[in-house]
Amino acid sequence: MNAPNQSGWKPAMTPVSGHASQTVTGNRALMLEEPLIFEIGTTATTGVDLPTPVGGANRLGGLAREGEIGLPGLSEPETIRHYTRLSRQNYAIDLGLFPLGSCTMKHNPRLNEKVARMPGFLDVHPLQPVDTVRGALEVIDELAQWLITLTGMHGVAMTPKAGAHGELCGILCIRAALEARGDPREVILVPESAHGTNPATAAFAGYRVENIPATAEGRVDLAALKARIGPDVAGVMITNPNTCGLFERDMKAISDAVHAAGGYVYCDGANFNAIVGRVRPGDLGVDAMHINLHKTFSTPHGGGGPGSGPVVLSEALSPFAPLPFTTRRADGTVDLIEEENAGEEHPHTFGRMCAFHGQMGMFTRALAYILSHGADGLRQASGDAVLNANYLLRSLDDVLDAPFGASGPCMHEALFSDKGFAGGLTTLDLAKGMIDEGFHPMTMYFPLVVHGAMLVEPTETESKAGLDQLVLALRSLAERARAGDESLKTAPHFAPRRRLDETLAARKPVLAWEKPKAPAGEPTLNEQGGR
Amino acid sequence: MRYLPLTDSDRAAMLSVIGAPDVDALFTDVAAEQYLKQPIEGLPAHASEMAVERHMRRLSNKNLAAGDAAFFCGAGAYRHHVPATVDHLIQRGEFLTAYTPYQPEIAQGTLQMLFEFQSQVARLYGCAVANASMYDGSTACWEAISMAGRVTKRNLAILHEGLHPHYVSTIRTMAKFTGDSIADRAPSLQADGGIGELIAEIEANEPSCVVVQYPDVLGRVYDLSPIAEAAHAKGALLIAVNTEPVALGALRSPGEMGADIVVGEGQSLGVGLQFGGPYLGLFAVRDPKHVRQMPGRLCGETVDAEGKRGFVLTLSTREQHIRREKATSNICTNSGLCALAFTIHLTLLGEAGLRALAAENHRLACVAADRLAKVPGVKVLNDSFFNEFTILLPTDARPVVRDLAHRNVLAGVSLGRLYPAEEQLSHGLVIAVTETASEEDIETLASALEESIR
Repeated sequence: MNAPNQSGWKPAMTPVSGHASQTVTGNRALMLEEPLIFEIGTTATTGVDLPTPVGGANRLGGLAREGEIGLPGLSEPETIRHYTRLSRQNYAIDLGLFPLGSCTMKHNPRLNEKVARMPGFLDVHPLQPVDTVRGALEVIDELAQWLITLTGMHGVAMTPKAGAHGELCGILCIRAALEARGDPREVILVPESAHGTNPATAAFAGYRVENIPATAEGRVDLAALKARIGPDVAGVMITNPNTCGLFERDMKAISDAVHAAGGYVYCDGANFNAIVGRVRPGDLGVDAMHINLHKTFSTPHGGGGPGSGPVVLSEALSPFAPLPFTTRRADGTVDLIEEENAGEEHPHTFGRMCAFHGQMGMFTRALAYILSHGADGLRQASGDAVLNANYLLRSLDDVLDAPFGASGPCMHEALFSDKGFAGGLTTLDLAKGMIDEGFHPMTMYFPLVVHGAMLVEPTETESKAGLDQLVLALRSLAERARAGDESLKTAPHFAPRRRLDETLAARKPVLAWEKPKAPAGEPTLNEQGGR
Repeated sequence: MRYLPLTDSDRAAMLSVIGAPDVDALFTDVAAEQYLKQPIEGLPAHASEMAVERHMRRLSNKNLAAGDAAFFCGAGAYRHHVPATVDHLIQRGEFLTAYTPYQPEIAQGTLQMLFEFQSQVARLYGCAVANASMYDGSTACWEAISMAGRVTKRNLAILHEGLHPHYVSTIRTMAKFTGDSIADRAPSLQADGGIGELIAEIEANEPSCVVVQYPDVLGRVYDLSPIAEAAHAKGALLIAVNTEPVALGALRSPGEMGADIVVGEGQSLGVGLQFGGPYLGLFAVRDPKHVRQMPGRLCGETVDAEGKRGFVLTLSTREQHIRREKATSNICTNSGLCALAFTIHLTLLGEAGLRALAAENHRLACVAADRLAKVPGVKVLNDSFFNEFTILLPTDARPVVRDLAHRNVLAGVSLGRLYPAEEQLSHGLVIAVTETASEEDIETLASALEESIR
């Protein structure tokens, strides 16, 4: 049997476990193998009707592209089939529970998608005259007001394009504030439990990073922090609730100590969803905190992004916020402040972090989510998220080691470890076993302060019945791991792919499709004149 | 609350398992004086789907959508027709609501798509390797400069005068804090873009990189080869920046002209205007040996335990979650969904479609340039361009643009808005013409302009 296409792509033909028979196509009923577009498309095929180029319009400065680019095309039905088939190889929150700690995968309401596609939001240009985009500016301003109120802060920078970009914005505000008072400093303190983006951000902004240890119960070591604070410390970056799933009880004391030494407090707000409507970071002395809109206010993450990371700021840092931003005038209209009109009103802004106004498409979704919940619903959501996590913690802590289970209630995520697993089984094996049970695995090996960490975050949009099923599966997997069940080492067994060789991928990187050396007589892409 | 599945009896049952009297008791680590016992005052309560939709529609209706006007705005963001198939496919829940593909066995859909995307971008740019996308073109441009500093161990970036001013501004912000030196200047309004002066500047310095936008912010196009030669002779990298990928269906690729790093904005294909974001940063390198200095995520091909082809995120030892403060960048995401839209749109077009689309854009832009040149007092700056060019008016272009907006013509982007401090540029207006503008729209623009500046 030849390959089902003319390009040299051959489906793998492996025996189905337990059966002698195999399929010639590589497909298994509804589980369909899918070649690359480069293997099924041709450079002559198109799925779009466009006018045939006419006339000799050519003012390209002698730079007209010659030769073939090598871009495969598919007709419209082939395109739909290709991407629909690919989509079926993905796990997603729409398919089931997605308990990724510190990443927060919750329900994505479809109203938000509908709203983001309204023509006044989707089909407006960032540099249209301001008079023609007042409604879009009102969305930004309305969302900004919610964020300021919910966090008890003074201002907000809306443009950062993701959480880590927001961290950069906050650190740059701190740096600008210190430089404005003629007091440049060199060091940012980062607890060892912090997200990896925190030290990377501080270093990227030109700071030296020093780690602060955690206590045995999983919180920042206040004594160690106090001992290190000094006139060379620009600030601290703290995650609260922290990556061990715990609330930092000493947050206010930390802020006071940092402020007394002339530094600023950056809070990584990735876990703000645990405390919305219950704790205001401003009351804890925070100077800057990014909010991952996709986590706390549910904008879909689309297989890796985009995110959106507005940064709320204290009164001390607000004057340094980047351009552009919105301001509400006395007559109620919302105006845009950018280079053209920042002038004397906003002399301290540190400049611009990106072209245009940030993630408008995420702002509309986040605002729709916030309005749907209201102040009462947001508070209920954080309560349910914390309730769900504690329910999991208590339902599993007799079969899975919970390193900080005695440190008080957890926040929105429960932390376990692989302590007690037998036969060389690890967190990875249990995670791959979860795949066979139909769940996306939890976050593995993070935070780094716990060996073999498993960080489980159910979120508020999971039902009790759903959690009970997860508990059942995890209890069974934990018991198998404690018994040293060898079969876990080769899990997953039922996924579209078995364990993938990540070492090979890194050792011999293949990062783009290359035209295979075709055997004589077999045409490949670019040589086919259509089909 | 329709998004919260727990019932009060569920909550009671779960609290009894936990051994807590109520939910507030789970927040005992928060000091009493900082814990809010009631919803924050002054904020509205939850609203129905219908009420939220009505509110958002009211705000949407306050804007003039591009589709309701004769539309010619560009300068880094372009309006193209996006086939209905693109938006349909990206809304499939398995794509839309998936996370970063950290578990490759159940994320092959996203991973294969990213591998295809990387391959398409590399070909479009004339490069060996592209990454899985960045936040947007402007941040990708800064990351390229940062990378050039790591590769060359130098810290002077020379920016061509035609680099988008928002990109320059982004770069200047970052450089303030990293100690990099940035040499930039405002556009000279020379039709040839002052390339001779740029080369002289390269020769007189020891730069880490030279950054040239292609086509540039005024729509001018140049042969990058002599610039690449000058940069390479000084041991510097050439970074080419492209804000309109459709142009590369008609123009030679930056890679084939010697650019070492090619970055750009991918918004034109599949993503839509969205008032500035989310957009799609593209990032590629010509020489595979530079891969380990690249920022951002990379998807690579491998095999599974049964020998089947599969894809994984790879070379992550460059990244923040492994290297922390020694990482190549703090970036921890990509624009996955925008990359999906881009790759679907480009697959639908294919090479034939992309070339036809580019030809139609160029043809209409030539029609518009010829027509606007006939408006008394208007001068077309560019000799050569793709779908965007600059005209000079006899007056400040800003009030003209505002006036035309009242006539339902979104006429373009004034240089006065982009360069408020440069008085000599205030008469400039950047006009972008894509396939979404009809010849009738062009006539509407020309006659409205004629009336406005009369």
